[in-house]
Amino acid sequence: MSERHLLEVERVSKYFGNVIALKDVSAHLNAGEVLCVLGDNGAGKSTLIKMLSGVFEPDEGRLIMDGEEVRLHSPREARGRGVATVYQDLAVVPLMSIWRNFFLGAEPTTGLPPARRFDIRFAKKEVRQHLLDMGIDIRDPDQPVGTLSGGERQGVAIARAVYFGARVLILDEPTSALGVKPAGVVLRNILQARNRGVGVIFITHNPHHAYPVGDRFVILNRGQSLGTYGRKEIDQQELVRLMAGGSELSELQHELQVLSAEIART
Amino acid sequence: MAIESARHPTRDERVAYVGLLARLFQRPEIGSLVGVVAVFVLFTSTATGFAELDGFARWTDEASNIGIMAVPVALLMIGGEFDLSAGVMTGSAGLLLGYLVTHPDWNIWPAILVVLLFGMLVGLINGVLVMKTRLPSFIVTLGTFFSLEGLNLGLTSHVTGTVYISDVDAAHGYGLARTILGSSFWSPYDFQTRVIWWVGITLVATWVLMRTRFGNWIFAVGGDATAARNVGVPVLRTKIALFMTTSTMAALLGIMITMQLRSIQAGQGIGREFEFIIAAVVGGCLLTGGYGSAIGTSIGALIMGMATIGIPFSGWNSNYRSLFLGIILLLAVLLNAAIRQQAVRSRR
Repeated sequence: MSERHLLEVERVSKYFGNVIALKDVSAHLNAGEVLCVLGDNGAGKSTLIKMLSGVFEPDEGRLIMDGEEVRLHSPREARGRGVATVYQDLAVVPLMSIWRNFFLGAEPTTGLPPARRFDIRFAKKEVRQHLLDMGIDIRDPDQPVGTLSGGERQGVAIARAVYFGARVLILDEPTSALGVKPAGVVLRNILQARNRGVGVIFITHNPHHAYPVGDRFVILNRGQSLGTYGRKEIDQQELVRLMAGGSELSELQHELQVLSAEIART
Repeated sequence: MAIESARHPTRDERVAYVGLLARLFQRPEIGSLVGVVAVFVLFTSTATGFAELDGFARWTDEASNIGIMAVPVALLMIGGEFDLSAGVMTGSAGLLLGYLVTHPDWNIWPAILVVLLFGMLVGLINGVLVMKTRLPSFIVTLGTFFSLEGLNLGLTSHVTGTVYISDVDAAHGYGLARTILGSSFWSPYDFQTRVIWWVGITLVATWVLMRTRFGNWIFAVGGDATAARNVGVPVLRTKIALFMTTSTMAALLGIMITMQLRSIQAGQGIGREFEFIIAAVVGGCLLTGGYGSAIGTSIGALIMGMATIGIPFSGWNSNYRSLFLGIILLLAVLLNAAIRQQAVRSRR
């Protein structure tokens, strides 16, 4: 490998007992690029993210960051190297305001002890400005996160990761629980993060969400990679077909036709 | 692109109706504020002398007795935990102080220091037990409550042969300690110095809660401990610190009571733990954690102090005090829930 990528996985495998969760998967990510990881339930998407975010280490294969092999022993270590993961549960506290959530665990302070305090004016100003820069228009930084819609909440979580200097942003099914419009908002947030030079790994089972934003696509099926495709090498229909496992989908189509014909007869 | 509109930070139509009144109604204290005005008006009309300085000194004394403990109990509740041993702990602290100055004849100041350290230790035990066993704090501190109650009664009768320790005022250094911790000022009305402590504790707690990192962590560990842990909040440390604050404050209140009365009963403080929780809930704290206020809690304590004095002042049988508190609690909870729902709805 002569080319240096921001993040690279090389033939990684993971076994749980005698179950093969992931086998010989390779992929790479550059700064300012969106890599989509597509696959149905049980395809190994979660296993792959957990490996990248330091939850567990691969049994075989290597992780390479900036051309150097790394071992991520814990999520903390992954964060330290600039790999931020936004999980489905988002790690926000619904009863707390947006600005309190945004800086939670990394509160800016002012003053000397014992009068050291949370720099609230700075926090509110920063949140509002940064969210606007990310294209997220919040009504009021004082409103509880629980009153935001699912898409807005995703946006806040993504913006937070970018603000705190994430170089690699891993998004686990950020659009799966959302309607069409809010999903669109999240896709726009992904592009905003990409435009700021962040490498985004977007995990989804929905090719219609992946295709408009992805630069490259890795398709997983039953723990194995069905290949990596650049945006120019594949069209949306082919992506859908590959994801559903090609022949399986045409079989299903056939079955449905037969079924509807039967229903029509009765 | 469609994000153009987001670039202009003008206030859009969605914020227009979040006016001053709506903002006020989002504060957790609002229910208790309404309540304190209502209770004050009620007793001013029924009880002679209630709104005069004499009465004022009486009900602030009662309120401080609850409020000094209700405030740390509220912080703990916002942090998602309970401490049912907070009431009996005041008795344990007073008895330990009484024992140290009467039996080994200690000077009052080192005795006070040891009692405060004992308070920290009990809090540490509560906190570590809750966090390590992952059992509900309601059960764990119920266990410490009964353990301390048994020790208070058993050891007191073992040492003194009675159910109280007296002659605390014979201790060296008692005079100054009493002036600071258990005396009164502004005769002939005689406001208790404890009231000043209570106001100070409320202000410090409010500042910590609203203006410091630790305050942010308190809301977070009570609102969603897992999410807090994921973003790097030290959940274990925060919760243990809250347990230790609560029982150390209980020790302080126990010391104050002993200073004021010059003696201490073995049954001191039992049953008060629920009064602290009532004050916190009336003050807008959510029983499930993550939401509440120290000022609201002190207003809740004030309502309870007013009831304690207002009922006998009105010539009513003071046995009805608990009935009154029960009804206040229910009304406050209903009001708080309705206001909170309204506030959340109006912002969507």
